Amino acid sequence: MSTTQPAVTPRVVPPPSTVNERARKAKKALTSPWASAIAVIIAIIWTVPTFGLLVTSFRPELDIRRSGWWTVFGDAIAGEGVFTLANYESALFDSSTNLIQFFVNSFVITLPAVFIPITVALLAAYAFAWIDFKGRDLLFVAVFALQIVPIQITLIPLLTAYVDTGVNGTFWPIWLSHSMFALPLAIFLLHNFMKDIPSSLVEAARVDGAGHVKIFFSVMLPLLTPAIAAFAIFQFLWVWNDLLVALVMGGTQTFPLTVRVAEMAGSRGGDWHVLSAGAFIAIVVPLIVFLALQRYFVRGLLAGSVKG
Amino acid sequence: MEWLLHAGDDPVHKFLLMLIAIALFIVVMALILFIVDRRRNPSKWFVAAGFVGPALLLLALGLLYPAFGTIVNSFQFRTSNEFIGFDNYIRAFTEPAFLLVLGNTALWVLVAPLLATFFGLVYAVVVDHSRFEKFAKALVFLPMAISMVGASIIWRFVYEYKPDQPGIEQTGLLNQLIVWLGGEPVQFLLERPLNTFLLMVVLIWIQTGFSMTLLSASIRAIPTDIVEAARLDGLSGFGMFWRITIPSIRPALVVVLTTIAMTTLKVFDIVRTMTAGRYGTSVVANEFYEQSFRQNNAGLGAALAVLLFVIVIPVIIYNVRQMRLAEEVR
Repeated sequence: MSTTQPAVTPRVVPPPSTVNERARKAKKALTSPWASAIAVIIAIIWTVPTFGLLVTSFRPELDIRRSGWWTVFGDAIAGEGVFTLANYESALFDSSTNLIQFFVNSFVITLPAVFIPITVALLAAYAFAWIDFKGRDLLFVAVFALQIVPIQITLIPLLTAYVDTGVNGTFWPIWLSHSMFALPLAIFLLHNFMKDIPSSLVEAARVDGAGHVKIFFSVMLPLLTPAIAAFAIFQFLWVWNDLLVALVMGGTQTFPLTVRVAEMAGSRGGDWHVLSAGAFIAIVVPLIVFLALQRYFVRGLLAGSVKG
Repeated sequence: MEWLLHAGDDPVHKFLLMLIAIALFIVVMALILFIVDRRRNPSKWFVAAGFVGPALLLLALGLLYPAFGTIVNSFQFRTSNEFIGFDNYIRAFTEPAFLLVLGNTALWVLVAPLLATFFGLVYAVVVDHSRFEKFAKALVFLPMAISMVGASIIWRFVYEYKPDQPGIEQTGLLNQLIVWLGGEPVQFLLERPLNTFLLMVVLIWIQTGFSMTLLSASIRAIPTDIVEAARLDGLSGFGMFWRITIPSIRPALVVVLTTIAMTTLKVFDIVRTMTAGRYGTSVVANEFYEQSFRQNNAGLGAALAVLLFVIVIPVIIYNVRQMRLAEEVR
């Protein structure tokens, strides 16, 4: 995804009541065949561009230059061997592309850049939700407002600071930058989930003599797993798919897949055999994560926010 | 020290650095919490500082301090410390090249969010009455997981052009469709102003899934008694959609529109990957990158970044007011 922070308004979508749920089942009986047909056709149109590039990534280089990907179906029926893994092999391991190395970078960047902001935000969200200190509301509004400030406005001074301290070109500024940029949304989202935990649970723990640290670990964390999962997926997709931060803050030793693939699109724009394979190497991990954890992702989305 | 900073090309070293970073972070956080927990009868301030402190520190260092730096920068000449008043802004608002950039950005922000929201809404309604709902929704939703870089490459392949000569087949789907219909292939990405709209297609393609998901859920949440009452009053089909559905989901529509508009305003990856801003397709976010990191004109880049910030201020104010209202309801 891109360098965006979301516009967020809490709770636009109330959870469906059981009555609505029943009505929906009744409506299922009223589905129209026309609507079904249109829905499926649009869904297919939406998928054709991706499918076309996927098919292309498995075709021999010469075929890609000579004919469109749609011709493979005719060829396959004619019984000609038309698919190959050579494109992936050369995209991953050829010295000119060497995407395997950038794949490692993507992974190394993403893990800390997801873990650190979630931890920091969990603690802050707990304080905003359950510790009654002076100036809390004002601070929270300030953090909330920071959500859609364009990160472009921070990049040059941050980079200067990194250069001055001598850490530029390493992984550290990338981890740090992603962590800082993620905080406003993370705090807001986790705060909303924390607020929904019944105060009786917290009170009970307090009566038992638990301090805030104990309450945080033994009451909050176990109940927040779905919320943490929801935000972790946002942040994972955002960091893995990010181009701007990696491009500006990183160096040749840290560039992730997005930077390399975007570069290839510029310098080797006609080499569709490596470009198509490269694109799918960059896409496949977020796609798997997304498909496996879609439920949490949608829940986080409906809790009132998204990282576009 | 050097070992902790630079990993070179060694993957094992990189993984080790990653683990060290995480371990270091855990140690620091554990130390903070340990200190907070040790103290008997700590003051609320002390505990609160332990919990919010790290976040506020990071926000101050990572967002507030650099933001002020950029605002100062925007009044300076290139990368120097020499103040030149509003010259950078004047340049951004008067030079034809930058006027084109501003115009393109305005076009993006006006067109892309409206179309993405519209398609999402229509699809949410259609899917609501269809079978295979889950399958259809998943396919439209899928592009949300694809990076804008990946999406741009997918679409560049759709727009691919081959010269119109005998013996040469088109390999881009769109040009092939044109040829099948008896037309001549077009170099889509060079064709102004069509190319800007073709770049928008990529964003709309990604964002429609987001719009559909939110709007579909809020259509589901319309109370059935309202729908029943309207039906008894004789409303159906389009009347129902216009008089009942749309007003009921208005808050969700506003959120979807503004969220996509914010994303659109800062669109960088798509322009960078598709055309790198050439052929009259540049937008403010791309020009910011170009000026700051390619042309070495930090002052002008800063002015463009400040411009992006100024445009979102009304949305920030609106959001804060909405949040205040929501808090009161609770």
